[in-house]
Amino acid sequence: MSSLIDFKSISKIYEIGKIKVPALIEVDVNIEDGEYVAIMGPSGSGKSTMMNIVGCLDAPSDGVYKLSGERVDGMTDNQLADIRNRRIGFIFQTFNLLPRADAFHNVELPLIYAGLPRIKRREMAKEALERVGLADRIKHRPNELSGGQRQRVAVARALVNNPNLLLADEPTGNLDSKTSYEMMELFGNLHSEGNTIVIVTHEEDIAAYSHRVIRLFDGKISSDVRQEPRNGSNGKFAGKPEE
Amino acid sequence: MGYAIHNISEGFWIAFRALFANKTRALLTTLGISIGVITVTLMMMIIQGLNTSVASQLEVMGSGTVYIERHPWIIMDDWWRYRNRPRVTKEQFEEIKRFSKLAEYVGAYTYTGRPIAFRNRTRDRVGIIGVTPATADAMSWMPEYGRYITDSDMITTRKICVIGADVKEQIFEPYDPMGRNLRVGPYNFKVVGILEKKGSTFGQSNDNYVMIPFSTLTHNFGHRRDVTIAVKAKDPSQMNDLIDELTWLMRRARNLAPNEDNDFSINDSAMLTDFYKRITAGIYAAGVIIGGISLLVGGIGIMNIMLVSVTERTWEIGMRKAVGARTTSILWQFLVESMIITMIGGIVGILVAMIGGKLLGQFLPTSLPLWLGLSAMAFSAVVGLIFGLFPAVRASRLDPIVALRQE
Ligand SMILES: Nc1ncnc2c1ncn2[C@@H]1O[C@H](COP(=O)(O)OP(=O)(O)OP(=O)(O)O)[C@@H](O)[C@H]1O
Ligand SMILES: [Mg+2]
Repeated sequence: MSSLIDFKSISKIYEIGKIKVPALIEVDVNIEDGEYVAIMGPSGSGKSTMMNIVGCLDAPSDGVYKLSGERVDGMTDNQLADIRNRRIGFIFQTFNLLPRADAFHNVELPLIYAGLPRIKRREMAKEALERVGLADRIKHRPNELSGGQRQRVAVARALVNNPNLLLADEPTGNLDSKTSYEMMELFGNLHSEGNTIVIVTHEEDIAAYSHRVIRLFDGKISSDVRQEPRNGSNGKFAGKPEE
Repeated sequence: MGYAIHNISEGFWIAFRALFANKTRALLTTLGISIGVITVTLMMMIIQGLNTSVASQLEVMGSGTVYIERHPWIIMDDWWRYRNRPRVTKEQFEEIKRFSKLAEYVGAYTYTGRPIAFRNRTRDRVGIIGVTPATADAMSWMPEYGRYITDSDMITTRKICVIGADVKEQIFEPYDPMGRNLRVGPYNFKVVGILEKKGSTFGQSNDNYVMIPFSTLTHNFGHRRDVTIAVKAKDPSQMNDLIDELTWLMRRARNLAPNEDNDFSINDSAMLTDFYKRITAGIYAAGVIIGGISLLVGGIGIMNIMLVSVTERTWEIGMRKAVGARTTSILWQFLVESMIITMIGGIVGILVAMIGGKLLGQFLPTSLPLWLGLSAMAFSAVVGLIFGLFPAVRASRLDPIVALRQE
């Protein structure tokens, strides 16, 4: 059985004029279905670059990326759009919600592009908002929600189409620590429901919730360690991590 | 196919949200389109109105009828060439009537303006037409009640008259005019008939006339007048033969040498139709040019605003692509948006043109048929499609990651 995410010698080189900036250098990594992985590393080490390639938002300069055993290079734009739509849920540091649309419409977006009818969308979007604990905020716009609630809307949007892979690039980067822990509780629950989660973070105590920590340094993997998570991603949630 | 319909209908709602968020800008952008639609629609409305007017005017003149007169109806070259022409006379009318073989009816008429009165009601100046008995048939202008002028009226120069519908309504109402005396200038004329209503052309009534015997008019109001000979063809398909015959008869009556030009004109409605076609072609051309320019300017405005919109919403496009929007979904979103803008412009334009048409209607005939409104809408949509295409393609081609990076 092949890995969910399979990086073979993946490189990403940005070219700014004549200067070549290597962001990822021959990275090999495998992530299995159902894993909960944190990617860490100093700023500029290539974390976002890696996430974007995993999420089929960006293509590597070199190497082979297989998602569920399928090579991603050579796929058409429409195929990639459908993968992002059905198999991957992306959560951004800056939430990326439509400011003038209510929570419902924001969550509904992936379903629109999945071609689902209105009634079905309403049902699924409500369910996703319930899962993130925002059942009573359906009609609220982003500016009527707190930062944590906004990020929950973004999570609901990532979840709504039932993808098997959730990608979050610094999801707690714009949240205070209390809200961050609540967010990690939510991620823990989602993981225990069977979702594969890959999360980029700067914070050790956020990474501590994961089962595996991959550290990047200057575009290369400097360490890849499996660990016992600090809290109940198995259903037992410990609230704040111990110091 | 189903996916395309889904794209368009969802694109509609997405576009609606975006436009609602930017109401002022959307409205300003529609202005250029509105002006274009107003121009074209108004021009078309005027032409439509003219068409119906001209049709009714041609009906008034009667089809298959030609008019022998001193001057042509429409003078395109130098007017002085016609200045010294002799009058058409009653004798020439008699001669045509006697010798024409292709004519079914030959009537004559002459015209003067006089005040008319009934009891205390007066009109300052009304057209008094002196006619011969055959004029009614020659011009297809019949009495609806009572009778027309007869030969015996002519011989005895009786003071009787056949009045137009306006005279009946404005002078006689509520009395029945039949048998009553109408004062024409200093004389009393007994009403013996009422003409069928002809309506108005170019805002001018065709029913404001009093017809009296030709001989009575020349006898009482002076005989040095221009006479018009109205000739109705036996066979309307032989108009050219009729005109040739009449030309020959007129030249003979006037003893013109072969090298002399005709010193009379034979007018027919075809001349008016030709002239009218030239005018409307001019209006069309002006409308198309002005409308085209304003639609072009409006279209470029749309394109500009859509490009700004794409740039402003780069991250939004990136986000939409990140959650699975295909290239075509984004393309349709922006195409539908620009089409909605131009169609709003189209609706505003049609409404303004309708109001403008109402105002113009006092001077010029106008009409707005359904097909004109619909094609104005379709045209606006097409302008939105054409000028929205470049910005929409640009939006749809955005790389999701490049788009997302731009916060
Ligand atoms: N579009 C780009 N063009 C040029 N260079 C880029 C581009 N995006 C990223 N880079 C470079 O690639 C390297 C890795 O960037 P990346 O965004 O992956 O870092 P990161 O680990 O996510 O950092 P941070 O923690 O600050 O988000 C950096 O040196 C960065 O300057
Ligand atoms: Mg980053």
